[in-house]
Amino acid sequence: MAISPSDTTALIHARGLSKRFANLVAVDAIDFDVDRGEAFGFLGPNGAGKTSTMRMIGCVSTPSSGTLSVLGMNPITDGPRIRARLGVVPQADTLDMELHVDENLFTYARYFDIPRDVARRRAKELLEFVQLNDRAKDEVEPLSGGMKRRLTIARALVNEPDLLLLDEPTTGLDPQARHLVWDRLYRLKQQGVTIVLTSHYMDEAEQLCDRLVVMDKAKIVASGSPRSLIDRYATREVLELRFKIDAAPALDGKLEGIADRVEVLPDRVLLYTQDGDAAAAAVHERGLQPESTLVRRSTLEDVFLRLTGRSLIE
Amino acid sequence: MIGTWRVLEHHLMVYRRTWKGGMFVSFASPILFLAAMGIGLGSLIARGPVRTVGGVSYLAFLAPGLLAATAMQTAFVEETYPIMAKLQWLRTYDGMLATPLTIGNLLGGEIGWLAVRQAITAITFFIVLVIFGTVSSVAAVLMIPVAVLNGLAFGLPIMAFSATQRKDKGFPVIGRFIITPLFLLGGVFFPIQRLPQLAQVIAWLTPLAHSVALARSLAIGGSNGSAAIHLAVPATYVVVGIAAAGITLRRRLVQ
Repeated sequence: MAISPSDTTALIHARGLSKRFANLVAVDAIDFDVDRGEAFGFLGPNGAGKTSTMRMIGCVSTPSSGTLSVLGMNPITDGPRIRARLGVVPQADTLDMELHVDENLFTYARYFDIPRDVARRRAKELLEFVQLNDRAKDEVEPLSGGMKRRLTIARALVNEPDLLLLDEPTTGLDPQARHLVWDRLYRLKQQGVTIVLTSHYMDEAEQLCDRLVVMDKAKIVASGSPRSLIDRYATREVLELRFKIDAAPALDGKLEGIADRVEVLPDRVLLYTQDGDAAAAAVHERGLQPESTLVRRSTLEDVFLRLTGRSLIE
Repeated sequence: MIGTWRVLEHHLMVYRRTWKGGMFVSFASPILFLAAMGIGLGSLIARGPVRTVGGVSYLAFLAPGLLAATAMQTAFVEETYPIMAKLQWLRTYDGMLATPLTIGNLLGGEIGWLAVRQAITAITFFIVLVIFGTVSSVAAVLMIPVAVLNGLAFGLPIMAFSATQRKDKGFPVIGRFIITPLFLLGGVFFPIQRLPQLAQVIAWLTPLAHSVALARSLAIGGSNGSAAIHLAVPATYVVVGIAAAGITLRRRLVQ
Protein backbone atom coordinates (compact mmCIF):
# COMPACT_ATOMS: atom_id res chain seq x y z
CA MET A 1 0.00 0.00 0.00
CA ALA A 2 1.48 3.32 -1.03
CA ILE A 3 -0.70 6.19 0.00
CA SER A 4 0.94 9.56 0.25
CA PRO A 5 0.16 13.03 -0.95
CA SER A 6 2.26 13.86 -3.97
CA ASP A 7 3.48 17.10 -5.46
CA THR A 8 0.61 18.37 -7.49
CA THR A 9 -1.31 21.58 -7.97
CA ALA A 10 -4.59 19.70 -8.40
CA LEU A 11 -7.10 20.05 -5.55
CA ILE A 12 -7.72 16.33 -5.76
CA HIS A 13 -5.15 13.93 -7.13
CA ALA A 14 -5.82 10.20 -7.36
CA ARG A 15 -3.74 7.42 -8.88
CA GLY A 16 -4.66 3.76 -8.73
CA LEU A 17 -7.23 4.64 -6.06
CA SER A 18 -9.07 1.52 -4.87
CA LYS A 19 -11.62 0.61 -2.25
CA ARG A 20 -12.29 -3.01 -1.42
CA PHE A 21 -14.82 -4.35 1.03
CA ALA A 22 -14.94 -7.92 2.30
CA ASN A 23 -16.41 -9.43 -0.84
CA LEU A 24 -16.66 -6.49 -3.19
CA VAL A 25 -14.35 -4.19 -5.15
CA ALA A 26 -16.18 -0.87 -4.99
CA VAL A 27 -13.49 1.24 -6.66
CA ASP A 28 -10.86 -0.40 -8.85
CA ALA A 29 -7.63 1.53 -9.45
CA ILE A 30 -9.02 4.80 -10.77
CA ASP A 31 -6.94 7.85 -11.79
CA PHE A 32 -8.25 11.40 -11.90
CA ASP A 33 -7.34 14.99 -11.07
CA VAL A 34 -9.63 17.84 -10.14
CA ASP A 35 -8.29 21.36 -10.67
CA ARG A 36 -9.14 24.50 -8.78
CA GLY A 37 -12.29 26.23 -9.95
CA GLU A 38 -13.65 23.46 -12.12
CA ALA A 39 -16.86 21.49 -11.84
CA PHE A 40 -16.01 17.82 -12.05
CA GLY A 41 -18.49 14.96 -12.32
CA PHE A 42 -18.57 11.25 -11.59
CA LEU A 43 -21.22 9.78 -13.82
CA GLY A 44 -22.46 6.25 -13.67
CA PRO A 45 -25.28 3.92 -12.66
CA ASN A 46 -26.03 2.93 -9.08
CA GLY A 47 -23.28 0.73 -7.69
CA ALA A 48 -20.60 2.03 -10.07
CA GLY A 49 -18.42 3.22 -7.17
CA LYS A 50 -19.26 6.92 -7.21
CA THR A 51 -20.27 7.21 -3.56
CA SER A 52 -17.31 5.12 -2.37
CA THR A 53 -15.02 7.50 -4.23
CA MET A 54 -16.73 10.53 -2.73
CA ARG A 55 -16.43 9.07 0.78
CA MET A 56 -12.70 8.61 0.30
CA ILE A 57 -12.34 12.20 -0.90
CA GLY A 58 -14.43 13.32 2.08
CA CYS A 59 -12.02 11.52 4.46
CA VAL A 60 -14.68 9.26 6.00
CA SER A 61 -13.50 6.12 4.24
CA THR A 62 -9.93 4.86 4.04
CA PRO A 63 -8.56 3.91 0.61
CA SER A 64 -7.58 0.24 0.33
CA SER A 65 -4.69 1.10 -1.99
CA GLY A 66 -3.43 3.76 -4.36
CA THR A 67 -2.58 7.44 -3.96
CA LEU A 68 -5.03 10.12 -2.93
CA SER A 69 -4.37 13.70 -1.98
CA VAL A 70 -7.06 16.25 -1.21
CA LEU A 71 -6.17 19.95 -1.00
CA GLY A 72 -2.54 18.82 -1.01
CA MET A 73 -2.99 16.77 2.15
CA ASN A 74 -3.28 13.09 3.00
CA PRO A 75 -6.87 12.07 3.89
CA ILE A 76 -5.64 9.34 6.23
CA THR A 77 -3.51 11.54 8.47
CA ASP A 78 -5.04 14.99 7.89
CA GLY A 79 -8.77 14.12 7.91
CA PRO A 80 -9.98 16.86 10.25
CA ARG A 81 -7.79 19.54 8.57
CA ILE A 82 -9.07 18.57 5.12
CA ARG A 83 -12.69 18.34 6.25
CA ALA A 84 -12.43 21.82 7.73
CA ARG A 85 -12.17 23.10 4.13
CA LEU A 86 -14.73 20.80 2.51
CA GLY A 87 -18.45 21.24 2.05
CA VAL A 88 -20.28 17.93 1.83
CA VAL A 89 -23.78 17.30 0.48
CA PRO A 90 -24.40 13.61 1.14
CA GLN A 91 -26.73 11.42 -0.88
CA ALA A 92 -29.30 11.33 1.93
CA ASP A 93 -29.97 14.51 3.89
CA THR A 94 -28.64 14.44 7.45
CA LEU A 95 -30.55 17.43 8.77
CA ASP A 96 -31.47 17.85 12.42
CA MET A 97 -35.22 17.28 12.55
CA GLU A 98 -35.42 18.54 16.13
CA LEU A 99 -33.94 21.93 15.25
CA HIS A 100 -35.33 24.81 13.24
CA VAL A 101 -34.06 25.62 9.76
CA ASP A 102 -31.69 28.39 10.88
CA GLU A 103 -30.53 26.40 13.90
CA ASN A 104 -29.44 23.62 11.55
CA LEU A 105 -27.02 26.05 9.95
CA PHE A 106 -25.94 27.57 13.23
CA THR A 107 -25.10 24.29 14.95
CA TYR A 108 -23.28 23.04 11.86
CA ALA A 109 -21.20 26.20 11.75
CA ARG A 110 -20.23 25.56 15.35
CA TYR A 111 -18.75 22.17 14.38
CA PHE A 112 -16.29 24.18 12.29
CA ASP A 113 -15.51 26.30 15.33
CA ILE A 114 -17.04 29.37 13.69
CA PRO A 115 -17.79 32.08 16.32
CA ARG A 116 -21.45 32.47 17.26
CA ASP A 117 -22.00 35.92 15.75
CA VAL A 118 -20.34 34.93 12.47
CA ALA A 119 -22.36 31.69 12.44
CA ARG A 120 -25.59 33.61 12.89
CA ARG A 121 -24.74 36.08 10.12
CA ARG A 122 -23.70 33.34 7.73
CA ALA A 123 -26.84 31.32 8.44
CA LYS A 124 -28.89 34.34 7.44
CA GLU A 125 -26.90 34.97 4.24
CA LEU A 126 -26.99 31.34 3.18
CA LEU A 127 -30.73 31.02 3.74
CA GLU A 128 -31.13 33.97 1.40
CA PHE A 129 -28.82 32.34 -1.12
CA VAL A 130 -30.88 29.12 -1.19
CA GLN A 131 -34.15 31.10 -0.98
CA LEU A 132 -35.28 29.72 2.35
CA ASN A 133 -35.08 32.94 4.38
CA ASP A 134 -38.84 33.00 4.95
CA ARG A 135 -38.62 29.50 6.47
CA ALA A 136 -35.77 30.30 8.88
CA LYS A 137 -37.80 29.70 12.04
CA ASP A 138 -39.73 26.69 10.73
CA GLU A 139 -39.34 23.03 11.54
CA VAL A 140 -37.35 21.01 9.02
CA GLU A 141 -39.72 18.07 8.63
CA PRO A 142 -42.57 19.81 6.75
CA LEU A 143 -40.14 21.24 4.14
CA SER A 144 -40.40 19.75 0.65
CA GLY A 145 -37.65 17.49 -0.69
CA GLY A 146 -36.24 20.32 -2.78
CA MET A 147 -36.19 22.71 0.20
CA LYS A 148 -34.43 20.16 2.40
CA ARG A 149 -31.88 19.65 -0.35
CA ARG A 150 -31.28 23.39 -0.59
CA LEU A 151 -30.92 23.57 3.18
CA THR A 152 -28.35 20.75 3.03
CA ILE A 153 -26.47 22.68 0.34
CA ALA A 154 -26.57 25.84 2.46
CA ARG A 155 -25.25 23.84 5.40
CA ALA A 156 -22.38 22.53 3.30
CA LEU A 157 -21.41 26.13 2.49
CA VAL A 158 -21.36 27.33 6.09
CA ASN A 159 -17.54 27.06 6.36
CA GLU A 160 -16.98 28.77 2.97
CA PRO A 161 -15.39 25.59 1.59
CA ASP A 162 -12.64 25.45 -1.03
CA LEU A 163 -14.16 22.27 -2.38
CA LEU A 164 -17.82 21.31 -2.49
CA LEU A 165 -18.68 17.59 -2.73
CA LEU A 166 -22.21 16.75 -3.85
CA ASP A 167 -23.38 13.15 -3.97
CA GLU A 168 -26.38 12.95 -6.28
CA PRO A 169 -27.56 16.48 -5.46
CA THR A 170 -30.92 16.29 -7.24
CA THR A 171 -31.91 12.61 -7.15
CA GLY A 172 -35.58 12.32 -6.28
CA LEU A 173 -36.43 15.98 -6.85
CA ASP A 174 -39.14 17.20 -9.21
CA PRO A 175 -37.98 19.09 -12.33
CA GLN A 176 -38.67 22.52 -10.90
CA ALA A 177 -36.77 21.79 -7.70
CA ARG A 178 -33.88 20.34 -9.72
CA HIS A 179 -33.56 23.47 -11.81
CA LEU A 180 -33.52 25.64 -8.71
CA VAL A 181 -30.68 23.52 -7.25
CA TRP A 182 -28.79 23.63 -10.55
CA ASP A 183 -29.16 27.39 -10.69
CA ARG A 184 -27.64 27.75 -7.20
CA LEU A 185 -24.79 25.38 -8.04
CA TYR A 186 -24.14 27.26 -11.24
CA ARG A 187 -23.84 30.49 -9.26
CA LEU A 188 -21.36 28.87 -6.90
CA LYS A 189 -19.34 27.75 -9.88
CA GLN A 190 -19.35 31.32 -11.16
CA GLN A 191 -18.03 32.43 -7.77
CA GLY A 192 -15.06 30.10 -8.26
CA VAL A 193 -16.06 27.29 -5.90
CA THR A 194 -14.59 23.96 -7.00
CA ILE A 195 -17.41 21.45 -7.33
CA VAL A 196 -17.23 17.67 -7.44
CA LEU A 197 -20.52 15.89 -7.97
CA THR A 198 -21.86 12.46 -8.71
CA SER A 199 -24.91 11.86 -10.79
CA HIS A 200 -26.74 9.36 -12.87
CA TYR A 201 -28.55 12.14 -14.70
CA MET A 202 -27.04 13.03 -18.05
CA ASP A 203 -28.64 16.45 -18.21
CA GLU A 204 -27.26 17.30 -14.78
CA ALA A 205 -23.72 16.44 -15.80
CA GLU A 206 -24.06 18.27 -19.11
CA GLN A 207 -25.40 21.38 -17.42
CA LEU A 208 -22.93 21.59 -14.56
CA CYS A 209 -19.71 19.76 -15.33
CA ASP A 210 -16.70 21.17 -17.12
CA ARG A 211 -15.16 17.75 -17.08
CA LEU A 212 -16.35 14.32 -16.02
CA VAL A 213 -15.48 10.69 -15.82
CA VAL A 214 -17.88 7.90 -16.65
CA MET A 215 -17.73 5.06 -14.12
CA ASP A 216 -18.99 1.55 -14.57
CA LYS A 217 -18.38 -1.48 -12.37
CA ALA A 218 -15.80 0.28 -10.18
CA LYS A 219 -13.71 1.53 -13.10
CA ILE A 220 -13.44 4.74 -15.11
CA VAL A 221 -14.44 3.90 -18.66
CA ALA A 222 -14.11 7.37 -20.23
CA SER A 223 -13.23 10.92 -19.31
CA GLY A 224 -13.37 14.38 -20.83
CA SER A 225 -15.71 17.34 -21.24
CA PRO A 226 -19.36 16.45 -21.91
CA ARG A 227 -19.00 17.78 -25.48
CA SER A 228 -15.80 15.91 -26.23
CA LEU A 229 -17.26 12.65 -24.90
CA ILE A 230 -20.28 13.05 -27.13
CA ASP A 231 -18.08 13.87 -30.11
CA ARG A 232 -15.88 10.87 -29.44
CA TYR A 233 -18.47 8.23 -28.55
CA ALA A 234 -21.67 9.37 -30.23
CA THR A 235 -22.80 10.99 -33.45
CA ARG A 236 -24.19 14.48 -33.85
CA GLU A 237 -27.80 13.38 -33.85
CA VAL A 238 -29.89 10.44 -32.77
CA LEU A 239 -33.04 9.17 -34.39
CA GLU A 240 -35.29 7.41 -31.90
CA LEU A 241 -37.86 5.03 -33.31
CA ARG A 242 -40.66 3.38 -31.39
CA PHE A 243 -42.34 0.37 -32.88
CA LYS A 244 -45.33 -1.65 -31.78
CA ILE A 245 -44.44 -4.08 -29.01
CA ASP A 246 -42.56 -7.14 -30.32
CA ALA A 247 -42.04 -5.54 -33.75
CA ALA A 248 -38.33 -5.00 -33.06
CA PRO A 249 -37.13 -8.57 -33.85
CA ALA A 250 -38.81 -8.33 -37.29
CA LEU A 251 -36.57 -5.32 -38.06
CA ASP A 252 -33.57 -7.56 -38.41
CA GLY A 253 -31.37 -6.15 -41.14
CA LYS A 254 -33.90 -3.65 -42.44
CA LEU A 255 -32.14 -0.67 -40.82
CA GLU A 256 -28.72 -1.65 -42.19
CA GLY A 257 -26.78 1.22 -43.73
CA ILE A 258 -29.13 3.97 -42.66
CA ALA A 259 -27.06 5.06 -39.66
CA ASP A 260 -23.48 4.84 -38.38
CA ARG A 261 -24.67 2.62 -35.57
CA VAL A 262 -27.95 1.05 -34.45
CA GLU A 263 -28.84 0.31 -30.85
CA VAL A 264 -31.91 -1.86 -30.20
CA LEU A 265 -33.33 -1.26 -26.71
CA PRO A 266 -36.32 -3.04 -25.19
CA ASP A 267 -38.64 -0.09 -25.81
CA ARG A 268 -37.08 1.71 -28.77
CA VAL A 269 -34.43 1.68 -31.48
CA LEU A 270 -31.69 4.32 -31.58
CA LEU A 271 -30.00 5.26 -34.85
CA TYR A 272 -26.76 7.21 -34.49
CA THR A 273 -26.30 9.51 -37.45
CA GLN A 274 -25.03 12.93 -38.55
CA ASP A 275 -28.44 13.79 -40.00
CA GLY A 276 -31.49 12.54 -38.14
CA ASP A 277 -34.11 13.83 -40.57
CA ALA A 278 -32.42 12.15 -43.54
CA ALA A 279 -32.27 8.89 -41.59
CA ALA A 280 -35.97 9.18 -40.72
CA ALA A 281 -36.81 9.65 -44.39
CA ALA A 282 -34.72 6.60 -45.27
CA VAL A 283 -36.58 4.53 -42.68
CA HIS A 284 -39.92 5.45 -44.24
CA GLU A 285 -38.58 4.81 -47.76
CA ARG A 286 -37.86 1.24 -46.74
CA GLY A 287 -41.48 0.81 -45.84
CA LEU A 288 -41.05 0.69 -42.07
CA GLN A 289 -43.89 2.14 -40.03
CA PRO A 290 -42.60 3.23 -36.60
CA GLU A 291 -45.27 4.42 -34.15
CA SER A 292 -43.20 7.50 -33.47
CA THR A 293 -39.94 9.07 -34.59
CA LEU A 294 -37.86 11.62 -32.71
CA VAL A 295 -34.71 13.39 -33.86
CA ARG A 296 -32.57 14.74 -31.03
CA ARG A 297 -29.00 15.74 -30.24
CA SER A 298 -26.73 13.11 -28.76
CA THR A 299 -26.40 13.19 -24.99
CA LEU A 300 -24.15 11.62 -22.41
CA GLU A 301 -26.76 8.89 -22.08
CA ASP A 302 -25.80 7.79 -25.58
CA VAL A 303 -22.14 7.88 -24.61
CA PHE A 304 -22.83 5.64 -21.69
CA LEU A 305 -24.91 3.27 -23.76
CA ARG A 306 -22.11 3.06 -26.30
CA LEU A 307 -19.50 2.39 -23.62
CA THR A 308 -21.39 -0.15 -21.57
CA GLY A 309 -24.28 -1.38 -23.68
CA ARG A 310 -26.64 -0.42 -20.85
CA SER A 311 -28.65 2.65 -20.03
CA LEU A 312 -27.70 4.63 -16.94
CA ILE A 313 -30.86 4.38 -14.92
CA GLU A 314 -31.78 0.76 -14.65
CA MET B 1 -11.50 18.79 23.31
CA ILE B 2 -13.13 21.75 21.54
CA GLY B 3 -14.79 19.29 19.14
CA THR B 4 -16.22 17.31 22.05
CA TRP B 5 -17.69 20.48 23.50
CA ARG B 6 -19.22 21.31 20.09
CA VAL B 7 -21.04 17.96 20.04
CA LEU B 8 -22.28 18.54 23.58
CA GLU B 9 -23.37 22.04 22.57
CA HIS B 10 -25.49 20.45 19.83
CA HIS B 11 -27.17 18.13 22.35
CA LEU B 12 -27.94 21.04 24.64
CA MET B 13 -29.39 22.99 21.72
CA VAL B 14 -31.71 20.08 20.90
CA TYR B 15 -32.57 19.66 24.59
CA ARG B 16 -33.53 23.32 24.84
CA ARG B 17 -36.23 22.50 22.31
CA THR B 18 -37.45 19.26 23.89
CA TRP B 19 -36.94 19.56 27.66
CA LYS B 20 -40.48 20.46 28.65
CA GLY B 21 -42.02 17.13 27.67
CA GLY B 22 -39.28 15.17 29.40
CA MET B 23 -39.48 17.28 32.53
CA PHE B 24 -43.06 16.25 33.19
CA VAL B 25 -42.10 12.58 33.04
CA SER B 26 -39.06 13.21 35.23
CA PHE B 27 -41.33 14.51 38.00
CA ALA B 28 -44.41 12.37 37.43
CA SER B 29 -42.63 9.02 37.35
CA PRO B 30 -40.97 9.18 40.80
CA ILE B 31 -44.10 10.73 42.32
CA LEU B 32 -46.24 7.85 41.06
CA PHE B 33 -43.79 5.17 42.18
CA LEU B 34 -43.19 6.67 45.61
CA ALA B 35 -46.91 7.20 46.15
CA ALA B 36 -47.97 3.72 45.04
CA MET B 37 -45.13 1.60 46.36
CA GLY B 38 -43.67 3.75 49.10
CA ILE B 39 -46.82 5.10 50.68
CA GLY B 40 -49.43 2.61 49.46
CA LEU B 41 -47.54 -0.65 49.90
CA GLY B 42 -45.48 0.93 52.67
CA SER B 43 -48.58 1.51 54.82
CA LEU B 44 -49.45 -2.20 54.57
CA ILE B 45 -45.92 -3.14 55.62
CA ALA B 46 -46.06 -0.71 58.53
CA ARG B 47 -49.18 -2.48 59.80
CA GLY B 48 -47.71 -5.95 59.28
CA PRO B 49 -45.49 -8.04 61.51
CA VAL B 50 -42.18 -6.55 60.22
CA ARG B 51 -43.19 -2.85 60.19
CA THR B 52 -39.85 -1.65 58.85
CA VAL B 53 -37.37 -2.71 56.18
CA GLY B 54 -33.72 -2.44 57.11
CA GLY B 55 -34.74 -0.48 60.18
CA VAL B 56 -36.57 2.31 58.34
CA SER B 57 -39.98 2.86 56.79
CA TYR B 58 -40.55 1.14 53.46
CA LEU B 59 -40.73 4.56 51.73
CA ALA B 60 -37.30 5.52 53.09
CA PHE B 61 -35.93 2.12 52.10
CA LEU B 62 -37.35 2.29 48.59
CA ALA B 63 -36.50 5.90 47.66
CA PRO B 64 -32.68 5.67 47.20
CA GLY B 65 -32.98 2.42 45.24
CA LEU B 66 -35.58 3.92 42.97
CA LEU B 67 -33.31 6.91 42.34
CA ALA B 68 -30.46 4.64 41.22
CA ALA B 69 -32.75 2.41 39.14
CA THR B 70 -34.19 5.45 37.37
CA ALA B 71 -30.68 6.27 36.17
CA MET B 72 -30.45 2.76 34.70
CA GLN B 73 -33.74 3.20 32.88
CA THR B 74 -32.80 6.65 31.63
CA ALA B 75 -29.59 5.13 30.24
CA PHE B 76 -31.63 2.49 28.42
CA VAL B 77 -33.98 5.07 26.94
CA GLU B 78 -31.22 7.51 25.92
CA GLU B 79 -28.73 5.04 24.47
CA THR B 80 -30.91 2.79 22.34
CA TYR B 81 -33.36 4.41 19.90
CA PRO B 82 -31.76 7.89 19.96
CA ILE B 83 -28.37 6.38 19.08
CA MET B 84 -29.96 4.32 16.30
CA ALA B 85 -31.57 7.52 14.99
CA LYS B 86 -28.27 9.38 14.93
CA LEU B 87 -26.49 6.47 13.30
CA GLN B 88 -29.06 5.41 10.78
CA TRP B 89 -32.46 7.05 10.71
CA LEU B 90 -31.39 10.71 10.70
CA ARG B 91 -27.68 10.09 10.05
CA THR B 92 -26.73 12.91 12.40
CA TYR B 93 -23.32 11.34 12.98
CA ASP B 94 -22.58 11.20 9.25
CA GLY B 95 -23.33 14.91 9.10
CA MET B 96 -21.00 15.58 12.03
CA LEU B 97 -18.21 13.48 10.56
CA ALA B 98 -18.26 15.55 7.37
CA THR B 99 -16.85 18.38 9.50
CA PRO B 100 -13.55 18.54 11.42
CA LEU B 101 -15.20 16.53 14.22
CA THR B 102 -13.78 13.05 14.92
CA ILE B 103 -15.25 9.82 16.28
CA GLY B 104 -13.53 10.69 19.57
CA ASN B 105 -15.43 14.00 19.63
CA LEU B 106 -18.73 12.22 18.95
CA LEU B 107 -18.12 9.75 21.76
CA GLY B 108 -16.90 12.44 24.15
CA GLY B 109 -19.95 14.57 23.38
CA GLU B 110 -22.28 11.62 23.94
CA ILE B 111 -20.67 10.81 27.29
CA GLY B 112 -20.91 14.44 28.35
CA TRP B 113 -24.53 14.62 27.29
CA LEU B 114 -25.43 11.37 29.03
CA ALA B 115 -23.87 12.70 32.23
CA VAL B 116 -25.82 15.95 31.93
CA ARG B 117 -29.03 14.06 31.17
CA GLN B 118 -28.49 11.75 34.14
CA ALA B 119 -27.76 14.67 36.42
CA ILE B 120 -30.97 16.43 35.36
CA THR B 121 -33.02 13.30 36.07
CA ALA B 122 -31.30 12.59 39.38
CA ILE B 123 -31.68 16.18 40.60
CA THR B 124 -35.36 16.16 39.65
CA PHE B 125 -35.81 12.89 41.50
CA PHE B 126 -33.96 14.26 44.52
CA ILE B 127 -36.27 17.26 44.63
CA VAL B 128 -39.24 14.86 44.69
CA LEU B 129 -37.61 12.95 47.55
CA VAL B 130 -37.21 16.18 49.52
CA ILE B 131 -40.89 16.90 48.95
CA PHE B 132 -41.80 13.40 50.16
CA GLY B 133 -39.74 14.06 53.27
CA THR B 134 -37.42 11.09 52.86
CA VAL B 135 -34.20 13.11 52.86
CA SER B 136 -32.84 13.41 56.38
CA SER B 137 -29.10 13.95 55.95
CA VAL B 138 -26.82 16.27 53.99
CA ALA B 139 -24.88 13.24 52.78
CA ALA B 140 -28.00 12.15 50.90
CA VAL B 141 -27.23 14.73 48.22
CA LEU B 142 -24.32 12.48 47.21
CA MET B 143 -26.94 10.06 45.86
CA ILE B 144 -27.01 12.32 42.80
CA PRO B 145 -23.43 11.59 41.63
CA VAL B 146 -23.97 7.92 42.54
CA ALA B 147 -26.99 7.84 40.24
CA VAL B 148 -25.07 9.62 37.46
CA LEU B 149 -22.29 7.05 37.71
CA ASN B 150 -24.82 4.24 37.59
CA GLY B 151 -26.43 5.83 34.53
CA LEU B 152 -23.09 5.98 32.75
CA ALA B 153 -22.28 2.40 33.79
CA PHE B 154 -25.40 1.18 32.00
CA GLY B 155 -25.50 3.79 29.24
CA LEU B 156 -22.04 3.36 27.74
CA PRO B 157 -22.15 -0.42 27.24
CA ILE B 158 -25.68 -0.04 25.84
CA MET B 159 -24.39 2.63 23.44
CA ALA B 160 -21.61 0.28 22.36
CA PHE B 161 -24.25 -2.38 21.67
CA SER B 162 -26.54 0.04 19.82
CA ALA B 163 -23.70 0.94 17.45
CA THR B 164 -23.58 -2.69 16.31
CA GLN B 165 -27.30 -2.87 15.49
CA ARG B 166 -28.80 -2.36 12.02
CA LYS B 167 -32.38 -2.83 13.24
CA ASP B 168 -34.07 -1.92 16.49
CA LYS B 169 -35.13 -5.47 17.33
CA GLY B 170 -32.37 -5.95 19.90
CA PHE B 171 -33.52 -3.08 22.11
CA PRO B 172 -36.71 -4.67 23.53
CA VAL B 173 -34.60 -7.76 24.30
CA ILE B 174 -32.27 -5.70 26.49
CA GLY B 175 -35.31 -4.18 28.12
CA ARG B 176 -36.97 -7.50 28.87
CA PHE B 177 -33.97 -9.58 29.82
CA ILE B 178 -31.69 -7.07 31.53
CA ILE B 179 -33.34 -3.81 32.51
CA THR B 180 -36.72 -5.04 33.81
CA PRO B 181 -35.36 -8.05 35.78
CA LEU B 182 -32.68 -5.87 37.37
CA PHE B 183 -35.25 -3.22 38.21
CA LEU B 184 -37.49 -5.77 39.92
CA LEU B 185 -34.85 -7.99 41.53
CA GLY B 186 -31.73 -5.82 41.81
CA GLY B 187 -32.28 -4.64 45.39
CA VAL B 188 -34.60 -1.72 44.73
CA PHE B 189 -37.83 -3.13 46.19
CA PHE B 190 -36.46 -5.63 48.71
CA PRO B 191 -32.99 -6.54 50.05
CA ILE B 192 -30.89 -8.64 47.70
CA GLN B 193 -30.26 -11.05 50.61
CA ARG B 194 -33.79 -12.40 50.02
CA LEU B 195 -32.74 -13.73 46.60
CA PRO B 196 -31.42 -17.28 46.00
CA GLN B 197 -27.63 -17.49 46.31
CA LEU B 198 -26.93 -17.62 42.56
CA ALA B 199 -29.19 -14.65 41.85
CA GLN B 200 -27.39 -12.70 44.58
CA VAL B 201 -24.04 -13.37 42.90
CA ILE B 202 -25.42 -12.22 39.56
CA ALA B 203 -26.95 -9.11 41.12
CA TRP B 204 -23.63 -8.09 42.70
CA LEU B 205 -21.94 -8.36 39.31
CA THR B 206 -24.14 -5.56 37.96
CA PRO B 207 -23.66 -1.84 38.62
CA LEU B 208 -27.23 -1.47 39.87
CA ALA B 209 -26.91 -3.52 43.08
CA HIS B 210 -23.82 -1.54 44.08
CA SER B 211 -25.33 1.82 43.24
CA VAL B 212 -28.51 0.98 45.15
CA ALA B 213 -26.50 -0.15 48.17
CA LEU B 214 -24.35 2.98 48.14
CA ALA B 215 -27.27 5.35 47.61
CA ARG B 216 -29.18 3.65 50.42
CA SER B 217 -26.31 3.89 52.90
CA LEU B 218 -25.91 7.59 52.00
CA ALA B 219 -29.62 8.24 52.54
CA ILE B 220 -30.39 6.23 55.67
CA GLY B 221 -26.94 5.62 57.09
CA GLY B 222 -25.55 2.24 57.95
CA SER B 223 -22.87 0.51 55.98
CA ASN B 224 -23.75 -2.00 53.32
CA GLY B 225 -20.38 -3.30 52.15
CA SER B 226 -17.41 -1.24 51.08
CA ALA B 227 -18.12 2.10 49.38
CA ALA B 228 -14.94 1.63 47.35
CA ILE B 229 -16.28 -1.57 45.78
CA HIS B 230 -19.69 0.04 45.25
CA LEU B 231 -17.92 2.70 43.21
CA ALA B 232 -15.37 0.43 41.54
CA VAL B 233 -17.87 -1.92 39.92
CA PRO B 234 -19.89 0.79 38.11
CA ALA B 235 -16.66 2.61 37.25
CA THR B 236 -15.36 -0.56 35.60
CA TYR B 237 -18.50 -0.75 33.48
CA VAL B 238 -17.95 2.89 32.48
CA VAL B 239 -14.34 2.31 31.41
CA VAL B 240 -15.14 -0.90 29.51
CA GLY B 241 -18.21 0.78 27.98
CA ILE B 242 -16.18 3.74 26.68
CA ALA B 243 -13.57 1.44 25.13
CA ALA B 244 -16.24 -0.77 23.54
CA ALA B 245 -18.27 2.18 22.22
CA GLY B 246 -15.10 3.66 20.72
CA ILE B 247 -14.54 0.45 18.78
CA THR B 248 -18.13 -0.17 17.67
CA LEU B 249 -18.77 3.45 16.65
CA ARG B 250 -15.59 3.54 14.58
CA ARG B 251 -16.44 0.24 12.90
CA ARG B 252 -19.88 1.47 12.08
CA LEU B 253 -19.09 4.96 10.87
CA VAL B 254 -15.68 4.75 9.20
CA GLN B 255 -15.57 2.06 6.55
